[in-house]
Amino acid sequence: MKPEKKIEPGEQLLSVENVTLRFGGVKAITDVSFDIRKGEVRAIIGPNGAGKTSMLNVINGFYHPQEGRITYRGETRAKMRPHVAATQGIARTFQNVALFKGMSTLDNIMVGRTLKMHKSFFWQLFRHGPAMDEEIEHRKFVEEIIDFLEIEHIRKVPVGKLPYGLQKRVELGRALAMEPELLLLDEPMAGMNLEEKEDMCRFILDTKEQYGTTIALIEHDMGVVMDLSDRVVVLEYGIKIADGTPEEVKSNQKVIDAYLGVAH
Amino acid sequence: MEAYLVAIAIVAAIYVLLALGLNLQYGLTGIINFGHVGFFCVGAYTAALLAEKGWPPLLSFSAAAALAMLAAWPMGLISLKLREDYFAIVSLGFSEVVRLVVTSEKWLTSGVQGITGIPKLFGGLATGLPNSLAVLAVLVAVNLLAIAAMRRIVTSPFGRTIEAIRDNEEAVKALGKDPAAFKIQVLMLGAALAGVAGAFYAHYIGYISPDQFIPLVTFQIWMAIIMGGVGRISGALAGTFILMLFLEGSRFLRDIMPFISEVEMASVRLGVVGLALVLFTLYRPTGLMGDFTRK
Ligand SMILES: Nc1ncnc2c1ncn2[C@@H]1O[C@H](COP(=O)(O)OP(=O)(O)OP(=O)(O)O)[C@@H](O)[C@H]1O
Ligand SMILES: [Mg+2]
Repeated sequence: MKPEKKIEPGEQLLSVENVTLRFGGVKAITDVSFDIRKGEVRAIIGPNGAGKTSMLNVINGFYHPQEGRITYRGETRAKMRPHVAATQGIARTFQNVALFKGMSTLDNIMVGRTLKMHKSFFWQLFRHGPAMDEEIEHRKFVEEIIDFLEIEHIRKVPVGKLPYGLQKRVELGRALAMEPELLLLDEPMAGMNLEEKEDMCRFILDTKEQYGTTIALIEHDMGVVMDLSDRVVVLEYGIKIADGTPEEVKSNQKVIDAYLGVAH
Repeated sequence: MEAYLVAIAIVAAIYVLLALGLNLQYGLTGIINFGHVGFFCVGAYTAALLAEKGWPPLLSFSAAAALAMLAAWPMGLISLKLREDYFAIVSLGFSEVVRLVVTSEKWLTSGVQGITGIPKLFGGLATGLPNSLAVLAVLVAVNLLAIAAMRRIVTSPFGRTIEAIRDNEEAVKALGKDPAAFKIQVLMLGAALAGVAGAFYAHYIGYISPDQFIPLVTFQIWMAIIMGGVGRISGALAGTFILMLFLEGSRFLRDIMPFISEVEMASVRLGVVGLALVLFTLYRPTGLMGDFTRK
């Protein structure tokens, strides 16, 4: 049930205007504005506690900012619940992997398709007719994702038993199963070794190329950020201190002081 | 001896219905329902009162299920939006409120005196073994039906979603489903099973009163599914079997040790079941059949 309106590559897909988010006395985000254009990889960087994750949580409706506006696909919203954001095409992964631990890789990714399943509970119970066709069709799509992410060998393994790097990959698969228009990735490469990081970079770029997905990415590895992203927004203590292409941001004195200067 | 075994089998079958419902709620969906006996109670009283009015069992049993579901609905609506530990407390409170209501609304339920003379099912059959066997047969059929439905649920997209809710609610929201809606449905389905169990219970025992619907019943069912293996249908069956073994076994203990009084025995029985639970959590934390992570 995505809105029919088509947004061309390069046009504004999402804009965040003057958003302020408080937790009691703590200001996690202060008066931040930026936008995300259709088809780009937009990085959000900043030191620990800068408010990056909070920003994603605001975008997909987990947190509701006290001030400011979010405009997605030309529609401004004050408050939106996460499952509604998902319905509108916003998918995400989590900083601390939020998989369904008792379920297999295949089932985890299948849950990502739930939103696209429309046959009623009773049809599902009878396991015949339309519900069955629907299941088979979705299964096919999920198998494609599994091929794409090169995780055939762990299809049936309960994800709780997988190493961290693979879990991150399954979580990406689950988000891709939603066929999102905007994909939010919270530190998709944290805790990975070099090879795993390279794989993940490749998957992110391929996702952008093959599916035309717009991606917002939080990442600490500056090399990765510079390689992957079209534009970068930098937060520090909840305040936006820079915004631009990787080159612009890299040479920004405030950024150098706040982020690149300190050893990580 | 046959009569005794059939009697135990009937009680066990009623427990299995309760355990299947709780397994759906907790084992598959992660809802911590500490008020299961409340739905059981609603079902028992509904069936008993409607039987008095001469309703045929098919209708009164359906009504028992429907009313139990109806009781689950507002409770779910209010509290499933809360954190799960709050729900645990609210559900416990709910079952105590149900008990309070049947105790105090004497005009309807005869209060503490309870309802007596609830007719046996299959009144046409000779009382005794033939009658009990017929009841058992129907109970087994209902259980098989419930198990078949449960297996279908587990393998359906609906089942996948509720298991996902159990494992990570936030992620389900991010994937576009509202967990609260699913949890309310599951709570109601489990309540319906408990309602039917209550109806069977009322007709089989023939006498119901508020003190039969204490939280202890809820905890016995919890023990059954924990001992059997959380999230597995076979676990609900095995767990109920072990529970019956302990409950009935302690009865034999009394025959061997007649010096223990009935009241003392009740405590001993509780103690034994509690000990079993402790041993299980120590030595087999995933239950006899293993838990949901070992499919
Ligand atoms: N649910 C919450 N309740 C209270 N405070 C919160 C909550 N979520 C975030 N915060 C606070 O908001 C600030 C920003 O946190 P956030 O997690 O967004 O930072 P981050 O940039 O993602 O950091 P990291 O790089 O460590 O992931 C921190 O001070 C944090 O303690
Ligand atoms: Mg973070």
